[in-house]
Parts: sequence; C-alpha cells; structure tokens
Amino acid sequence: MKEKLKQIHDRAISTLKEISQIKELEEAKVKLLGKKGELTAVLKEMGKLAPEERPILGQLANEVRQDIESKLEEAKKRLLAAEQEMRLKSETIDVTMPGKACVCGHKHPMSIVIDEISDIFIGMGYEIAEGPDVEKDYYNFEALNIPADHPAKDEQDTFYINGDILLRTQTSPVQVRTMEKGKLPIRVICPGAVYRSDEVDATHSPVFHQLEGLVVDKGITMGDLKGALAVFAKELFGEDVKVRFRPHHFPFTEPSAEMDVSCFACGGKGCRVCKGEGYIELLGCGMVHPKVLKMSGIDPEEYSGFAFGMGLERVAMQRYGITDLRLLFENDMKFLKQF
Amino acid sequence: MDIPMSWMKEYANVTANLKEFVEAMTMTGSKVEGYTTMGGAIKNVITGQVKAITKHPDADKLVITKIDTGSNELTIVTGAANLKEGDYVPVAVDGAVLADGTEIHTGKLRGVESQGMLCSIQELGFDLHDFPEACEDGIYVFPNAVELGKDVVDVLDLKDDVVEYEITSNRPDCFSVLGIAREAAATYKIPFQYPVIAVKELAGEKASDYISVAIENPQLCPRYAARVVKNVKIEPSPRWMRKRLRAAGVRPINNIVDITNYVMLEMGQPMHAFDIDTIAQRKIIVRNAKEGEQITTLDGNVRNLDTSMLVIADPEKAVAVAGVMGGENSKISEQAEAILFESATFHGSNIRVTAKKLGMRTDASSKYEKGLDPNLALEAVNRAAQLVEMLGAGEVVHGVVDCYPSKRESWSLSYSPQWINGLLGTDISEKEMIEIFERIELKVDKENHTVTVPTFRPDLEGQEDLAEEVARFYGYDKIEPTLAAGTPTVGKRSYSQNITELVKKNMIASGLCEAMTFSFESPKVFEKLNIPSESHLRRVVTISNPLGEDYSIMRTTTLNGMLTSLATNYNRRNDSAGLFEIGKVYLPKAVPVTELPEEIPTLTIGMYGKMDFYDIKGILEQLFEVLGMTEKAEFATEKNIPWMHPGRTASITAEGRQFGYVGELHPQIASNYSIGTKVYIAVLDMPALVEYSNLVNMYQPLPKFPAITRDIAMVVKEAVTVKEIEAVIKKYAGQYLESVTLFDVYQGKQIGEGLKSVAYSITFRASDRTLVDQDVTDAMKEILEGLSKEVQAQLRDK
Repeated sequence: MKEKLKQIHDRAISTLKEISQIKELEEAKVKLLGKKGELTAVLKEMGKLAPEERPILGQLANEVRQDIESKLEEAKKRLLAAEQEMRLKSETIDVTMPGKACVCGHKHPMSIVIDEISDIFIGMGYEIAEGPDVEKDYYNFEALNIPADHPAKDEQDTFYINGDILLRTQTSPVQVRTMEKGKLPIRVICPGAVYRSDEVDATHSPVFHQLEGLVVDKGITMGDLKGALAVFAKELFGEDVKVRFRPHHFPFTEPSAEMDVSCFACGGKGCRVCKGEGYIELLGCGMVHPKVLKMSGIDPEEYSGFAFGMGLERVAMQRYGITDLRLLFENDMKFLKQF
Repeated sequence: MDIPMSWMKEYANVTANLKEFVEAMTMTGSKVEGYTTMGGAIKNVITGQVKAITKHPDADKLVITKIDTGSNELTIVTGAANLKEGDYVPVAVDGAVLADGTEIHTGKLRGVESQGMLCSIQELGFDLHDFPEACEDGIYVFPNAVELGKDVVDVLDLKDDVVEYEITSNRPDCFSVLGIAREAAATYKIPFQYPVIAVKELAGEKASDYISVAIENPQLCPRYAARVVKNVKIEPSPRWMRKRLRAAGVRPINNIVDITNYVMLEMGQPMHAFDIDTIAQRKIIVRNAKEGEQITTLDGNVRNLDTSMLVIADPEKAVAVAGVMGGENSKISEQAEAILFESATFHGSNIRVTAKKLGMRTDASSKYEKGLDPNLALEAVNRAAQLVEMLGAGEVVHGVVDCYPSKRESWSLSYSPQWINGLLGTDISEKEMIEIFERIELKVDKENHTVTVPTFRPDLEGQEDLAEEVARFYGYDKIEPTLAAGTPTVGKRSYSQNITELVKKNMIASGLCEAMTFSFESPKVFEKLNIPSESHLRRVVTISNPLGEDYSIMRTTTLNGMLTSLATNYNRRNDSAGLFEIGKVYLPKAVPVTELPEEIPTLTIGMYGKMDFYDIKGILEQLFEVLGMTEKAEFATEKNIPWMHPGRTASITAEGRQFGYVGELHPQIASNYSIGTKVYIAVLDMPALVEYSNLVNMYQPLPKFPAITRDIAMVVKEAVTVKEIEAVIKKYAGQYLESVTLFDVYQGKQIGEGLKSVAYSITFRASDRTLVDQDVTDAMKEILEGLSKEVQAQLRDK
C-alpha cells in the first residue's frame, strides 16, 4: 500500500509536469483527488490495514495529498501565467497607426492674440469696453481733438455713411464713450474692428483690428504709461524683450510717443525685418490731451490719464509668421487648423 | 523727407557718426526711417585716359581702347562712339561695382579680352540733369584733365549721406533742411546757424513798378510776397546745387526752377516762378476759381476747377492752381526776360482738399497742407533772390511786393515746472526746462514763468505741449517706468463678454473652427440668398464712398460671409468644413440712416461634409446645456425661411421669442455659392444667448429611491413630430415621470406607407418612496390612451 501511494505520487508529479491546459489540469485533479480518484480509492483500503500501520500510512497519505495539491496549485499558476502571456501576445497591435480622429476646433489666430492681450490687461485691473463699428464723426474725430479740417482725417481714409456717421477708423472713440459715462477711475481696453479705405492686398485690408487702452485717474504720469506698457510687452513677448519710447504725434495725446519693441527676428542686433534698427514699432501712446478730457466732461486740472493703441494683425502676423493678411479673412480650414 | 547730411551740417555742425546721429534724432522726435549714401554703391571706378582706339577685328560696333589709369595700362572694349584719344573717362576696373550694383569683371568681348568697362553717367547713377556736360548715350568724358587713377566718386563729388525722416503732421517746420538742422542742434546742444540772407538789388526800378498783387480771399491766402528778377539767363545751375537737389530726391532742371526747389527744400516754403510777360496787366489776383473754370497745368492736363479752389490769376485768366501747380500759360520759357517769384502762404486744409479733388498731390501742396508760417514767406523770397544773384541767373529788382493783411504774431504760454513734472512723473529742475526751451528758440520770461513761441511752432498751444518739448529733449528713455498708484480697480470681463467666451470655447470643443469675415458686402447678396424684396434685411446702412460695390453695404445677415468661406473651402477640395463666427449685423433704425444703427452680435455656424441635420442640432443642444438654457430653448418646424430647406429647418425660440434657426441650406442657395453638397447652417442672436443663459443652477438632491423604466414603441403618421408625441407623454404620465428618451425611429415596409415607428424609454421615480409596479402600469395605461387619442398612435407589437 505504501508502494501504491508512492506510485500515485510519482505518477501525479510526472503527469502534472506535462499538462499544458487548464482543462487537463482540472481532469487530473479529479482523477487524483476526486471522490472516485486514485488516492481516495487507496484510502478506502485503509481499513484493511493493521491498526498500528494506519496512523503511519494515514500520515503518509496526507503528505502525498498535500504535495499533490500544492503541485496542482503550482501547475495552475504556471498555466494561467502562460495563458495570459499568450493572450497579450495575440493582442499586440501596431501602435504607430494613427489615433482615431477626435474632432477638434480651433480659435482664429486674431482671437488668440486678442484674448491673450486682453488677459494681460485684465490681470492689471482693466475692464473690456466696447463700442459701435458704425460711429459718429464726433466720437471718431472731433472729441479726439481732430477738428473737421485736420489732415489726420484724410490720412485715415474714412468710409462715410453720411456727413455725421462713419465706420470708425480707430478704436479710440470707445475712449470717449467710456469717459463720457463719468465713472472714474478708468482702466479699460477696447479690442475691435476698424475700417479704412485701403484696397485688399498682402499687407492691407479695409477691415482690421486694433486694441485701445485708456487709464484716467488722479496723478497718472507718463512714468505710469511706460510702466504699464513695459509690463504688457514683457508678458506678450517674453522677459527678454526691450522696449523703447520715442516722441511722436497724435492729436488726442500730449506728450505722445510710439513704443518700439526689440526685433523678434534678430533680438535687437539689426536685420532686414527691422531695417537694421533693432526695433519694431508696436504701438502709439501718450498722455490724454487735456482738451480730450475736457470735451468728455473730465476736469484736466484734477485728473490725468494715458492712452495707447495698436494694430493687432501685425502682432498676429509676426507671431505666427503669416506673410499674407488675406489668409486671415479667407477661413480656409487648412489655415485655421494650424492655430 | 530726404535730407542730405552735408546740407544740414551747414546749419548745425553735427560731428557724431551717422548711426549715432539717426538714433539721437529718432529719440528726440525726428523719426529716421532710413539712411543711404548717394553714390555709396560705386566701387573701384577710377579716372583714366584714353591712349589709343583701334577697331575690333570681329565687331563693327565695338572698339578696343588702351586706357592709362596712372599705374596700369588696361585694354578695354567698348561700344561707345563718342571717344577720342586723350579723353579722360571713368573706368570700372576688374571687381568694380556700378551704381545699380552690377559687378564688372575682366572678360572677353567677341574674342578680345576687356579688363573692365568705361562708364556712362547713367552707370554712375546720374543723368544729364546732374551732369549737363555728359554725353547722352556714350561714355562720360571729363570736361577737364583729371589726375589718373583717382576714385571717380571723389572726383565727381558724387557722395552724400541722405537721411529719410518721418515728419509728423504737427511739425510743418521740420519739412525742411533748416527745420531738421534746428532739431539736430537742439538734440546735440550745439549752435543753430540760420543762413545769412542778404539780397543785392538793382537800384532804380521797384518790383511794384512791374507787378501788383491783390488778395481777394485773405482767409485762404494770408500772405503773398513777390519779387521780380529781370535779365534772366536760363542755364543749368551749378554742380553743388544740382548735387543737393538730387540728394534730396529732386531732379535738377535749370537755374530758376532749381532755385525754387532749393528754397522749398531748405526752408520749407514752396515757391513758384511766373514769366512776368504772361501776366495780363501785370496784375496778380488771388481769388477763388469760378464755376466751370478750367486751367491747363504744367503737366499738360486740363483741370476742372470749382469755387472752393483758390487760383492765382490775372484779370483775364487763372495762371496757377494756388499752392498746387502752375499753369501752362505762365510757365518760364527759355526766352523769358523777367520773372516773378511767388512766395505765398495758403490755408493748409484748403490746399489739401484741392489737391485731393484734382488728384495731384505735389511737393508744394504736401508742404502747404500742413499749414505754413506766413512769416516764412518773405525770408524765402529773399533767399531765392539771393541765390539768383549768387548764380548769376538774373538781376533782382529792388523791393518786395508783399501783401500780408494780418500779420501772425508770436504768442506766449505759461508753464509750471511742478505741473510738467507731475504729468511726466519726473523731477526735472526748472533750470533744465528753461535751457530746453531756449534750445528750441522759445523766449523765456523766468519771472512770470512764460515762454514766447515763435510763429513757426503753431503746434505749441498749451502747457502739455511744453511738457512734450521738455520730455523729448530730457529724454523719453530717462522717464522712470512706474506702476500707477491711485484707486485699485478690478480687471474682468463683463457677463456678456464671458458668455461670448463660453460660446466660443464650446464651438471649438464641438470641432468648429473660428472664422472672421468682413462686415460689409455687396447688395447683390440679397438675390444670391433669395431674400424677398420686401424683407427688412434689405434695409441697409450704405457706405457713401465704398471701395466698390462689393463692399458697399453693412451686412444685415452674416450668411454671405459664412457661405463665401464655406465655398472657398469647397473649391479648395476640403472634404469637410465646420466654421463658426461671432460677428455683428447692422440694422438701421431708419433709411436713409439718420442715427447709429443697431449692431447685433450674431453666432453663425456653417458646415458641410459627412453629417446631417442632427449633427448641427446636437452642437446647439450641447451649447444650450453649457449655457444652462436647455429648458428654455425650443426647436420647432420652420418652413418659411426662403434661403433654408423648408423641410429641414427648425426655428429656435425661448419665452415665445424666436432668436435663431438651424437647418439645411436651401440647395438652390448652395448652388448659388457653387457648393455641390449639403450645407448646414445655424444662426443665433448673441444677446438672446446672454439673456437666456443661466450659469448658476440650484442643486437638486440626488435620487434616494430606485427608478422604473418602461419602453414603448408605437406607430404614428409620418407627419407627427417627436415633439408632439413627447408633449402627449408628458401630459399623461402623471407625477412620477422623470424622463422621456427617444431611442428609435423607423420607417419601412413593415410599418406601412406614410407611417413611422417611434420608440421611447420612459422613466418614473418618486422622491419619497420606492415605486411599485402598479404605479407605473397605471401611468403607462394613461400614456397609451393619451397617445392613441391625441396622435392616433398604435402600440406596436413587440
């Protein structure tokens, strides 16, 4: 009987080694350890043994059973691991194939620029003011210290609806509308479309965008103007950008200035883009002319302010390397999807 | 404006190098646009002498020359016929560069080696106007012997640095050599030397014996000064004058014309010269043109004048368009014996308008239009007389006929150093300010803190203008940047601006790209869009001076811009396109326009490609969800939009007001735009989205008790809408109804002609208990009866 147990054990070990499928393993388990299994059959014969042999053989039978069980467990683990490995292998895919298309829209590059600049000024305490595109001559010119026969009126070839109503040539009328509301202090920017009668070509468009800024408060200085715009330039173009303010003339500011930023192409060394100057003109600015304050009902003795304005197409074109303005208005998906 | 450095230096002796100078000028307000060196491109062109000329063996039109350049003898082949032995000529030797950048190398011409090239005056960048002695089509031959082997640029004195300035409209005084010299002197704190003007006159006759002047409209002509020159000898002006004119960009003509141009460039005062014999009765009258009056100007064109324009006339005829161009009838001929130099002041904007109307903006008009100082006129005419004398171009008759009814006087302005420092944010001493004022020729009264402004500075009107003068010479770059103190403000977008941003983000999340189109368009779009003739959309804001009909009306619908963009994509073979735009439409309150129109921001979506109506509707439903207005926004069948597909369009309303529509574009309109596929469009009023949006929803407790869901499928007539069915379900479902979800619509043979099958999941839930079967069975019974009664639905067998 001892011999029988040993045979069962040996056979079991060798059978288990050869099993390669979970199903076979289950069958082997039943055959070895099941109610009608070989080991059970041997144990059933225990009664025939002498009483003193029973505990010895009983123990032996237990050991055999435990060993088979643990071997079965091992074999099961081995088979499961093998099976998983097989499955993983069979599931291998070509990960270099393109992903499934997920439709994704894009913001217009002009909007990206407008939003980015707006966010910079919002962070500095500015609100966004808006005004009409179809504007009164008064707001577009007269209230900005551009009287009827001023050359600036010609320079900005204006689209007229009638003698008093026109398409705004600049976003500056929003300054006047904001001041007229009488709520002080003022810190606003105004991005928007403006109109000038230029034929469409690679660098001109009768419709383009400007962003205007206005600050009016007690004790505002030209130093404050420089400070605000220097912060803006660094936020927009990066910490390394250099700014330069030089005198200029606008009817609605005095003193007036233009702000240049160091050339994006050469960083200020001088190149073809900046015509060797190292700087590129970015915006016009100045201290709000006392006449303009007065016309809008603000006492220039008590309040002062600064204003600035810039063309946005140029900022977008420089940033994205766009060389033809017309692309911005064509709305070709192949263009829009690039931003 | 181009100003030659050598000319300017005569009045302000700047010693800085050119690069440093242009930067300094830019920083004090005379913006330099660029600078070049006239003659600067020419390299290795030297003087040589023709030693021998022989025929080319293989070419009739070429000759072989031996040229002595002092240190070398060169063989040079040339085609010119004007040479003779002994001539001194410019020689471009091997490696030379001509004025236009052409490089010259030794090479063979018809088999004979040529070690360079002999140059014409054109090849040196000039013409006969500059060097009247030059041969018109041949090699330039020096009129006198020259030292051999010398740089021709030096020998002919070709070189000058020329700086181009951007002059702002407030500084007419800077449109001149003297104006820029004055600024340069102030920039470098060096003396400004005004030219010494002294006129040698003939004794005896007076100018007033020759001519009389009457100004009929002193408003438009504040001053008219005239001098007379007799025994005129027309000839080329001297080289130094021709060189300066050319460097300043003006072509030399003859001594008299050159003098007028020279004075204009130097002093900023345009001048005109008349042949005095052409002036009837020797009487100059400055008057407005007559209705229908015509004049042939010097350029040979007949100009139709109107009564707003000022002319210079004699009692019989107009002889010049004042401040713009002289008349053909009074021009100086070679035979002219006596001439009249006009130095007048005209009203700036009147000249500007006249020049614009006549379509001829001249050097003179562009100077006048800025508004000139009348006090300049006399100095200028004297300067011209001085030059006439100097050049031997004629004899100056004694005296000036000067008609100057009301003299422009200088004015004074008070200043407060404290106020100026307060505005600039600086701490500049009064002493420094005074020093700056004096540099720009303001007379300072230190005691009273006032300055007297010279009449050539009309831009200085108030203390803020003085502040700018202080700032620009103190240095804008020295003003310390500060961050404004004062009352803090909150930076933010308004609610409606936030909604706009949210809409944009949502459109982009839905896969659409943002478009940007023009807000004006052609009135032809109404036909293209099939907009009925009585539609209010045809009432438009019209531009009175458009770029053309295509840009002549402000749009009342955003569709044309969108469809044009889609058509662009379609033409360029983009398989699909999905665009949105938030742009305005402009609706006039009255036509013709008497007040500002209403400007309504509008969201427009346009798409084509693999999609159907429910794709674009889905985009809107998602938008409404994000804006918290799903409950408010209702879609309903809309058959009456002429440019939309009558069976595939829905109106969108909220609180009984229609604020948009969505659907398929009418195929005829798609075809009008040459789009050969189905186009889907949605148009929504932005202010309505702002009004109906609700970004703050109150919390609803999460359900505690389970729901019960029942599915039903029914057959109804095709024309019954899902909206109608849902309304019935909601009406009969009772208090426990939670949701009604459509999950299938089917049409086909099994159902029968004109019918459709519609299937719903209906979910019930109570907030206070678990529903039992009976609750739902009762509700479903009600629903089915309701459906059968109201939409004749038949329950479909499973």
